[in-house]
Amino acid sequence: MTPRTVHFTRMLALSSLMAIAVLARAATAPMGYDDARHLLARTGFGPTDAEVRAMAAMPRSDAVARLLREARTTTVTPPPAFAIDTGPLRPPGRDASDVERKVFLQEQIRHGLELRAWWVQEMLATPSPLTERMALFWHNHFVSSQQKVRIARLMYGQNAMLRSHALGNFGALLHAAAKDPAMLVYLDGAQNRKGQPNENFAREVMELFTLGEGHYTEQDIKEAARAFTGWSLNRETGEYLFRPGVHDFGNKTVLGRSGNMDGDTVLDILLAQPATAEFVTTKLWRDFVSPDPDSREVRRIAQLFRASNYDIKVALRAILLSDAFWARENRGTLIKSPVEFIVGTLRQLEVQPPSGLPFAVLSAGMGQNLFSPPNVKGWPGGNAWIDTNTLLARKQFVDRMARADENPLRMTTVAMPPSRNMPNLADRTMQSDGVPKEVLSPQGIAGDEKLRALRMARNVDRELRKLDFDAVTWLAARKGGTPEDKEHAAQALLLALPPQTPAPPGVVALDFVRSTLQDPVYQLK
Amino acid sequence: MNRRNFLRSAAALPLAQAIGGTMATFGTAQVALAAGPAGGNYHRVLILVELKGGNDGLNTVVPYTDPAYYALRPKIAIKRDDVVQLTDRAGLHPSLEPLAALWRERQLAVLQGVGYPEPNLSHFRSIEIWDTASKSAEYLQDGWLTRTFATQPTPRAFAADGVIIGSRDLGPLAGGGTRAIALANTEQFLRIARLAQPLPIGGNPALAHVQKVEADIVQAAAHLDARYKFTTEFPSGNFGNAIRTASQVLANPSGVAVVRVTLSGFDTHSNQVGTQARLLKELANGLLALKSALVELDKWDDTVVLTYAEFGRRPKENISGGTDHGTANVQFALGGRVAGGLYGSAPDIARLSSDGNPSHAVDFRGAYATVLDQWWGVDSRALLGGRFAPVPFLKT
Repeated sequence: MTPRTVHFTRMLALSSLMAIAVLARAATAPMGYDDARHLLARTGFGPTDAEVRAMAAMPRSDAVARLLREARTTTVTPPPAFAIDTGPLRPPGRDASDVERKVFLQEQIRHGLELRAWWVQEMLATPSPLTERMALFWHNHFVSSQQKVRIARLMYGQNAMLRSHALGNFGALLHAAAKDPAMLVYLDGAQNRKGQPNENFAREVMELFTLGEGHYTEQDIKEAARAFTGWSLNRETGEYLFRPGVHDFGNKTVLGRSGNMDGDTVLDILLAQPATAEFVTTKLWRDFVSPDPDSREVRRIAQLFRASNYDIKVALRAILLSDAFWARENRGTLIKSPVEFIVGTLRQLEVQPPSGLPFAVLSAGMGQNLFSPPNVKGWPGGNAWIDTNTLLARKQFVDRMARADENPLRMTTVAMPPSRNMPNLADRTMQSDGVPKEVLSPQGIAGDEKLRALRMARNVDRELRKLDFDAVTWLAARKGGTPEDKEHAAQALLLALPPQTPAPPGVVALDFVRSTLQDPVYQLK
Repeated sequence: MNRRNFLRSAAALPLAQAIGGTMATFGTAQVALAAGPAGGNYHRVLILVELKGGNDGLNTVVPYTDPAYYALRPKIAIKRDDVVQLTDRAGLHPSLEPLAALWRERQLAVLQGVGYPEPNLSHFRSIEIWDTASKSAEYLQDGWLTRTFATQPTPRAFAADGVIIGSRDLGPLAGGGTRAIALANTEQFLRIARLAQPLPIGGNPALAHVQKVEADIVQAAAHLDARYKFTTEFPSGNFGNAIRTASQVLANPSGVAVVRVTLSGFDTHSNQVGTQARLLKELANGLLALKSALVELDKWDDTVVLTYAEFGRRPKENISGGTDHGTANVQFALGGRVAGGLYGSAPDIARLSSDGNPSHAVDFRGAYATVLDQWWGVDSRALLGGRFAPVPFLKT
């Protein structure tokens, strides 16, 4: 060994020692305010200053461990009474009159609105925001929509099911989702019978729930559909029911495996495919890390996920502790979804509204009508959340928040104002209340159902006016000795990146909060 | 997308403003100069009229000599004596009488039997298929016009690619990148748009996207106003107001390629007769006012109006005096360069599928191909995912 290589080896040893020391410090050192804010913003709905401070003293790995350990599987907000009613559903039968159908449908619409309000309330109140974020993630993965399912109690049942598995086992979640009554209605499973297979569920379970496109054939879909025949629901109780009389007990071949298999066996075959773990991991990456998944990292995490027999916490832990998650260049690269934007704003400004309904309505107007994703692929998310229409709706909402203590009657409140000559009652009430005309209609509610929705929705403005937010008091409560320090602290809490529109010096508190909430960076997490 | 951004940034702002400023004087030729090198004749306007809920095509263009029609609809059929005769077999619903003059002037094209294979009967899904120009089992994120403008951008000086009037749903303009503005009326949009501010575009892709959309709002607000005073009288009511707003948007010198207005309420499952008569009257009066306003602006020859709906309705009436969701439907095309007449073929109501619906004769993407290939000069093939024969409703 030449002196030179000895020297080089020593240097190498020294530098790796130093690297280990740095790593060790990162593992035990407090992560600090910015990191804590980042972790909470990505795993929740906009953290409060107190939450960030409490976490800032912890090392990253401890914080991630605690988030996962303390994730709940139930809600703290009591669900609406109809949702946990165990009595018969009594949907109108074939011989029901138009009036009976209409009455039933309108009741379901009303229940659907209560359900949306309840979920928003839970997102605001939960001590476990990660649970609700994951419930929302699975709602957008195992998609069902009340628009087709109609019966709100089934939508609640699906939501509770998704939450109970939200950070549990993906395999168990897949099996539960496949037998979920709302899913059986939404993807026509209940109509899938021997001799007349309906392939809707079989196709989507491969394309959207497990493998992703390109990992199966049309023949696999046809065969799998036969395996799912007979998975149905009891119309009276709304519970899963296997109907052996319409199940196809013949031989099937799915992804190279043959036998007289049932739906559960098909699901296990799908879970055994490496593509499933990669597909789900990629989707998690897009929700938690960045819009551009790193394929090597995805493969690494997917292997851990699959090796753990699909423990969702294993995948999440690996994602949240990946270098990419913490990398500077990935901060502020994700666009907040409408519910994240709305719930996050209320949480960060520490406003506790009496009802979640107006915010569910606002979210629908911004393109995310909870319990009614646009189609089986769910909300596309990412940049698609922001167009001229939805951006103005977001800006109006935070403008209204920041001006809550100004003369409410003069507030500009709606992105889609009513026009002048309104011919009918619904439109007249809208005009006086300034409620967005089609706020609920894009995905959720049409025709006769609209009137009731509008009656509910017109409370939005009234509710928002009641909110008790005072920008001056809020800003004064920030940490710091000088007004400049407080402003700096406010931006460190509210913005994932430095503001694009630095407020001119010397502006009053209200204008400062307003301009921070109007900054394009406020759309990001 | 890259090309689009390039074109945008290449157009230096003062130049764009100069072009915008001269358009009022020199008319549409200047806009054509500002367009991309090939295709994209976006000084020609497309006005889409959505008949939301699924208008009943069979009572809109009535096969008034067909006994099968009267047999299927004993309660709601339009009487032979009441139709506005177009040909010896087809007649318009009496509420559409105001369009008869346009038909005689051969500026009204009637497309019959329009639909697509494996029809979906859900409002939401079927309008999504129409708006994205997808196959029945294909889920596309971007609207067909969004894809069009991403491939062949509108001139930078345009106020927007398109303006959506009276609906939050951007429909064919939904999805990434397009400069689409939704408004109910111009003054209110301008008031709200003050929340948007022009900023340099940069940073990560998400931030750049937000800034770009913000800039689109600023751009539209800077180029739209409602100052033009029409001599045309607009009908009262929501649709009349939408038509007035559409006309005001088109009176601005800076241009938009597309305007969409919506007339809602066509989901006539019960007591259809009165409802449809009222809606079609609103439609006819609105279209007539639109034509008058565009003639006033000297733009009628550069306008195609195209109606559409998510689906037609079932030929057999239901027990409630209404009709349920159907398939093949009617579309109208109007404009100074429209070659009036009947296109496609009337749905064969003697041969219905097991769910009681006729099959389509013309794919809806054919009408889109007409707009793309023949109106704007943009190759439709890649945009529509295949070659669809244009419906020849334009004068060549």
